[in-house]
Amino acid sequence: MRKVPVVEKILSSNDGLAMENRLRLEDSRVFSLNFMASPGAGKTSLIERTISGLLPHFRLAVIDGDIASTLDADRAAAAGAKSIQVNTGGECHLDAIMLKSALDQLDLDEIDILIVENVGNLVCPVNFALGTQQSVLIASIPEGDDKPYKYPGMYQGVNALVINKIDLLPYVPFRMHYFRQGVEILNPGLVTFQLSCRTGEGLDEWLEWVKNQVQKN
Amino acid sequence: MHELSVTESILEISLRHAREANAQRILGLHIVIGQLASIVDDSVQFYWDLIAKDTLAEGAQLNFERIPAQLECLDCSTRYGLDGREMACPNCQGTKVRIATGKEFYVSSIEVE
Repeated sequence: MRKVPVVEKILSSNDGLAMENRLRLEDSRVFSLNFMASPGAGKTSLIERTISGLLPHFRLAVIDGDIASTLDADRAAAAGAKSIQVNTGGECHLDAIMLKSALDQLDLDEIDILIVENVGNLVCPVNFALGTQQSVLIASIPEGDDKPYKYPGMYQGVNALVINKIDLLPYVPFRMHYFRQGVEILNPGLVTFQLSCRTGEGLDEWLEWVKNQVQKN
Repeated sequence: MHELSVTESILEISLRHAREANAQRILGLHIVIGQLASIVDDSVQFYWDLIAKDTLAEGAQLNFERIPAQLECLDCSTRYGLDGREMACPNCQGTKVRIATGKEFYVSSIEVE
């Protein structure tokens, strides 16, 4: 009996494919975002608002990942984006191979911005790289202010944070200082937006950021 | 959930290394899983028993080493665990930290004959 050292990351094949996806998107100068959040936080609403705020100057496409239905892809299409639905077959997150198949269905030269809407889940998606240029976590006021402390991997692993449903602040016991302190510890200087998809408050700053990111490409 | 695809990757990695080592059989694997890697040992074991059948890895013992999540204070280098309530450094109350351990997820070695 002998011991053979291996020391190989189990997700290395996913990471490798994610890198291929990333290079492919960059080659076509597509600015890509991975939207992650709990179910109901407002991923699809923010996508709708982003599409209507950036059309027609920018061409947007959306890849939506869900375990069932085409509800979210339909909403993105209704808002005016080229939209692809990926049904994950029960998987609780998108992975690089699913993104690769979805990219094969798009003409990347006809797109400026690609938003990938991940499955509603605060746990798994952050561990499965897709290859998007940036990742965004959408938190929402009714979820409570302790989420950074309970889901440190997610909060630490994203490039931007949107705090949605700020119109509900007067009605729920959400301590913004406590929440933002948790975020600051895990991800110092994280670009953060406070907005309401429903009322439109704070959306302009978000749209400006997206436009600046696209122009940097 | 995703433990099946993850277990398939573990199988692929171990079979490849066993072949490179000219092994006839894999007796055991050592897998390191960090607390933040969100993978459940029992689910991996469950799928392993199904997919390792009729391979060099059939019957191999899975050994899991769990690594707890630890934060490291960037000011005083103290390492401390994540208890979900307080994230500032217990030693100096610093708030500049990094996740030092807890995200590992790899096959560290296999035992073969």
